[in-house]
Amino acid sequence: MQKKRLVSILAVASVAALILAGCSSGSDSASNSGVPKVDMMKKLGAGEGQVNIVAWAGYVENGSTDPNVDWVTGFEKETGCKVNVKNGATSDDMVALMKTGEYDVVSASGDASLRLIYGGDVAPVNTDLIPNYADIFENLKMQQWNSVDGVAYGIPHGRGANLLGYRTDIVKPAPTSWASVFDANSPYKGKITAYDSPIYLADAALYLMNTKPELGIKYPYALDQTQFDAAVEVLKAQKPLIGEYWGDYLKHVASLKSGGTVLGTTWQVNINLAKGEGTKVEGIKPAEGSTGWSDTWMISSKAKNPNCAYLWMNHIASPAANAAVAEWFGEAPSNAKSCALTADKNHCTTFHAADDAYWKDVYYWNTPTETCLDGRTDVKCVPYAEWVKAWSSLRNS
Amino acid sequence: MLHSLSTYLHKKPRLRLVALLTTPVLWLVIAYLGALAMLLVTAFFTIDSFTGNVIQQFNLGNFHDMLTDAAYKNVVLRTLGIAISVTFLCTVLAIPMAFYMAKIARPKSQKILVALVLTPLWASYLVKIYAWRTMLEPGNGVLDWLLGPIGIHSPGFGGPAIIIGLSYLWLPYMILPIYAGLERLPNNLLDASGDLGAHNFYTFRKVILPLIFPSLVAGSMFTFSLSLGDYITAQIIGGKLQMLGNVVYQNFSINLPFAATIAMIPVSIMALYLYLVRRTGALASM
Repeated sequence: MQKKRLVSILAVASVAALILAGCSSGSDSASNSGVPKVDMMKKLGAGEGQVNIVAWAGYVENGSTDPNVDWVTGFEKETGCKVNVKNGATSDDMVALMKTGEYDVVSASGDASLRLIYGGDVAPVNTDLIPNYADIFENLKMQQWNSVDGVAYGIPHGRGANLLGYRTDIVKPAPTSWASVFDANSPYKGKITAYDSPIYLADAALYLMNTKPELGIKYPYALDQTQFDAAVEVLKAQKPLIGEYWGDYLKHVASLKSGGTVLGTTWQVNINLAKGEGTKVEGIKPAEGSTGWSDTWMISSKAKNPNCAYLWMNHIASPAANAAVAEWFGEAPSNAKSCALTADKNHCTTFHAADDAYWKDVYYWNTPTETCLDGRTDVKCVPYAEWVKAWSSLRNS
Repeated sequence: MLHSLSTYLHKKPRLRLVALLTTPVLWLVIAYLGALAMLLVTAFFTIDSFTGNVIQQFNLGNFHDMLTDAAYKNVVLRTLGIAISVTFLCTVLAIPMAFYMAKIARPKSQKILVALVLTPLWASYLVKIYAWRTMLEPGNGVLDWLLGPIGIHSPGFGGPAIIIGLSYLWLPYMILPIYAGLERLPNNLLDASGDLGAHNFYTFRKVILPLIFPSLVAGSMFTFSLSLGDYITAQIIGGKLQMLGNVVYQNFSINLPFAATIAMIPVSIMALYLYLVRRTGALASM
């Protein structure tokens, strides 16, 4: 009896397994040599009444964070598209969210955009349907991270640098270099933070570009095995200094406020939020430059609300909305006309919106591939999947 | 109509059984076993290194990565250590508490005590853990403020904080089964033991403990399995420390098959644990 029951349980379980395996093998194969063909929107129709957005915290504000920070309510009234937003903590998060097919639009950074394009998760964007596209800075259009073979896959949003944040009342003298977060004898040991994502390896690579020129790192997202191992070593040595790695920006802001974190990688928006709560904190772009981002609004290939999605992309690229986001998030706007509309008239100067020289030492997040992105052909570079493995190993050791 | 249906079903016990069990069995097979089967199958897949899309090809690479990287051995041991500590701490705290509730408190206050033990379960998990974050905050947290003057300091965020937080969260799940077990224990057994000259501790060891052992096992299954799979507590008060759940959380968005492989570890540990429990015979008398 006992044996018979066991057999029948096993039989049921294996049938279930077979059914499930059968169901899932129907989807398309993932390894493509080129970009999966996805149709572009031809003509704009009526709005669907809502749009689901995956965005970085601070990109879609409806006044609930700060009553004065709101560029969503007006859009909702004007178009009848209710905006539902889901904040992504990291680029990996965003890629995963977009793969679910539940969202229409995403604000993708350079380390997500190409993965989304080649994964067939986003559709080409018909820029003719977006009147505000005309005013975007020319040098942000059709770049390596937002277009493939002359086809645009998104609308440039804005750009900025990852900052070195510190508590001005605790960290003295003020830091000027990334070396302060890698210094084994740091007096702030245990109160230093770092960004919790594999892409943070690029920050270590950037540090090595300056401290170990003999490694020959030219671009922090193109690391051969030797360079990559050196970057991993830097982060291993840094781990004892770290109190918490941050992925959740709200926890990070709380930590800055309480003094649990006094020094480390941050974003301007976090600095703004912490300052808003009365914390004495500042963020700088250190002497050696920084990693950074240049973000792109993209539309899902499975968008259920494509018309509202296009309306949103046009709205967020408009001078007024683009200026408001750029100022709130602390980044350079992408629309040339935004600069006239910022509350702080110096915003575009401060954030170097049109200053190409400034961006020379900002390395926008990119997806590392086996083909070295810096143009070297004599070696193979370490692809992003290996970055993920190394990061997972580092975090769990 | 209803009457004739019930007469009909009364005559056909087989049909009755089918009608009764179809829904729960379907639920069990599809939602429960189905998810587990999916997990097992996914663990053998791999991903496209660029787009991160899952490639459905049989592959042992994930298991190779998991077994060769020392980091994952450490995280398994660490998680086991935490789960065992939490279970131990919960047991030590729950036995006297449950004993007082079942044997010493008056019937009226008994009910109030049970209600009190249950109240924390009404509050959200997140709220409770964020409260512990404020309590444990090194330097200016509540614990340091309260106990600092007598020289006791907060352990800060890390392993001890996780053990404290999880023990706090799961304590009711340990108290309730022990309380139920003690309530069923006849008082005259304790009296008889005392009359025969046994000290309190001896009575506890030789009479109470063996009789409530199934309750302890039931409670430990909750505390142990819940701790084994938890990741939010570690995220909020664990500092930079990660548990098995965190590895899954960290990888599921980037590398689902690897996350599935890691998720097999707590599943296997629990299966082994249940097997061992079964061998002690505690399940039969539960």
